[in-house]
Amino acid sequence: MSRIPLSALIGLFFTGTFFFVAIFAQWLAPYGLNEIAGDVWEEPSKTFLLGTDTVGRDLLSRMIYGAQVTIFIATMATALSFITGSILGFSAAVIGGWYDQILSRLVDLFMSIPSLILALVILSVMQVSIPVLIVVMGLLDSTRVYRLARAVAVDIAVMDYVEAAKLRGEGTGWIIFREILPNALSPLVAELGLRFIFAVLFVSTLSFLGLGVQPPLADWGGIVKENKDGLVYGISAALLPAFAIAALAISVNLVADWVLNRTTSLKGGRGA
Amino acid sequence: MHPIVRLVLQRVGLGLVLLLAVSVLIFLGTEALPGDVAQAILGQSATPESLANLREQLGLNVPATTRYFNWLWGILHGDLGTSLTNGSDIAADIGKRLGNTLFLAFWAAIIAVPLAITLGLVAVRYRNRWPDRLISGVTLATISLPEFVVGYILMYLLTVKVQLFSPIATISDSMGLGEKLYTIALPVMVLVLVVLAHMMRMTRAAILNVMQSAYIETAELKGLRPFKIISRHAFPNAIAPVVNVVMLNLAYLVVGVVVVEVVFVYPGMGQYLVDHVSKRDVPVVQACGLIFAAVYIGLNILADVISILANPRLRHPK
Repeated sequence: MSRIPLSALIGLFFTGTFFFVAIFAQWLAPYGLNEIAGDVWEEPSKTFLLGTDTVGRDLLSRMIYGAQVTIFIATMATALSFITGSILGFSAAVIGGWYDQILSRLVDLFMSIPSLILALVILSVMQVSIPVLIVVMGLLDSTRVYRLARAVAVDIAVMDYVEAAKLRGEGTGWIIFREILPNALSPLVAELGLRFIFAVLFVSTLSFLGLGVQPPLADWGGIVKENKDGLVYGISAALLPAFAIAALAISVNLVADWVLNRTTSLKGGRGA
Repeated sequence: MHPIVRLVLQRVGLGLVLLLAVSVLIFLGTEALPGDVAQAILGQSATPESLANLREQLGLNVPATTRYFNWLWGILHGDLGTSLTNGSDIAADIGKRLGNTLFLAFWAAIIAVPLAITLGLVAVRYRNRWPDRLISGVTLATISLPEFVVGYILMYLLTVKVQLFSPIATISDSMGLGEKLYTIALPVMVLVLVVLAHMMRMTRAAILNVMQSAYIETAELKGLRPFKIISRHAFPNAIAPVVNVVMLNLAYLVVGVVVVEVVFVYPGMGQYLVDHVSKRDVPVVQACGLIFAAVYIGLNILADVISILANPRLRHPK
């Protein structure tokens, strides 16, 4: 562990901080989420470290609660997309035949439309709530995980030890979870970071468009939306959550880059 | 028939089949999801009469397959239906806005494509030296930002701190070309920044990939000058991947446009779509979704066809 590059250490530190803030938001935030504590758009001061927002709520507290909502949704959506995507991908590689064909063509179809457009189409007829957001985002993103999982598993499924397991009479479940999963884990873990960033950007964009997290809850995208009118008057409140999104994305990216490099060099693969 | 023509026709045919499947998907996405569309539009407090009226208006009493084919038939005849919220003809509304969106995307592409390829080449030429590191670092940062964030940062810097542009990009027919370009300068800049980063990184990777081939090493060992190696050996082989990269990112532009239009209040397709999603105007959403998907698929087919034409091995399949 002594050879973690500096960039990855920085990334790990900030990612850790963001998650810490998200988990302990209730104890860290100085004011309540919707508590109107001061005047509209106050300058940063001792009582309001980052100033106040469009109706006088403490911006720091909202940012902290926003971190919780943003990171919670992104984490759950990523988890959902990984569980569905990898199980479907592995089973397609193991079972093959018609099952594989149907699933793969279906995934091709979903991937032929930009996910933002498809999400907008679906959200136009659904009551938007956090579970709905997580399911829509998770399932749309699981197509990417499916592609990767299937590609990795196809290579593993023809290995001798998988053959041996099949001859022993093990079922599909055993082969997927005991033979393929442990060997496919490292490329999947490397992908995890990238998909998490994508989920953060996705939920922020949806909320910014007013189609994601609904008030009274707020996430970072929503806070940008609330405060965007101040920008024209030179009030930079809307830029804070924007920077938070960027900082989270960049720090997770730094960690993901490092994991990616490590796993490719482990495999002795292409590109140093 | 010439094999190229056949290959191209195959791709186009495949694209049309895909588009048909996408139309089914969009239709199912809005009409077959759990819950009732009429209920979703009117909300929980709707009276039974208004629900019944809306169902009648939407044609929900007819079986879904019949509705789908009616919808598809209408689209094939240029009839996209009427908007639920204001009863206007969707095709007429979209026509003008689509033009505006394409105008915006066109200028973004004109600037971004040559810039990205040049920067990609510079990064490859000075690989692992400071120009490459600088370009890679800056593009990594822009990739990590959602489009609306880039939009607001630029807006803050260029309309508030330095008062160069107007924060609202509303264009109208009465404006001349120069005035229009000045109005859309800010949104175009945002789109360029967002697309440029992806395009440049992928171009760099594609050219690096070619530069690592054995025949480039052979050319170097033969003692050819670096310029000759790039122009004679690397460039022709890099056309196909680079074209692919460019097209992929132009398709990505389609999505970026949605957000950027909302940020700058630009009267295009993206804003139209987002507005009507929150108003739950299903026919408009379906029509916009289909058009966005068609543009996206069209660009992908174009990328396929160009890379077939650029690659002799694909041109003469065994």
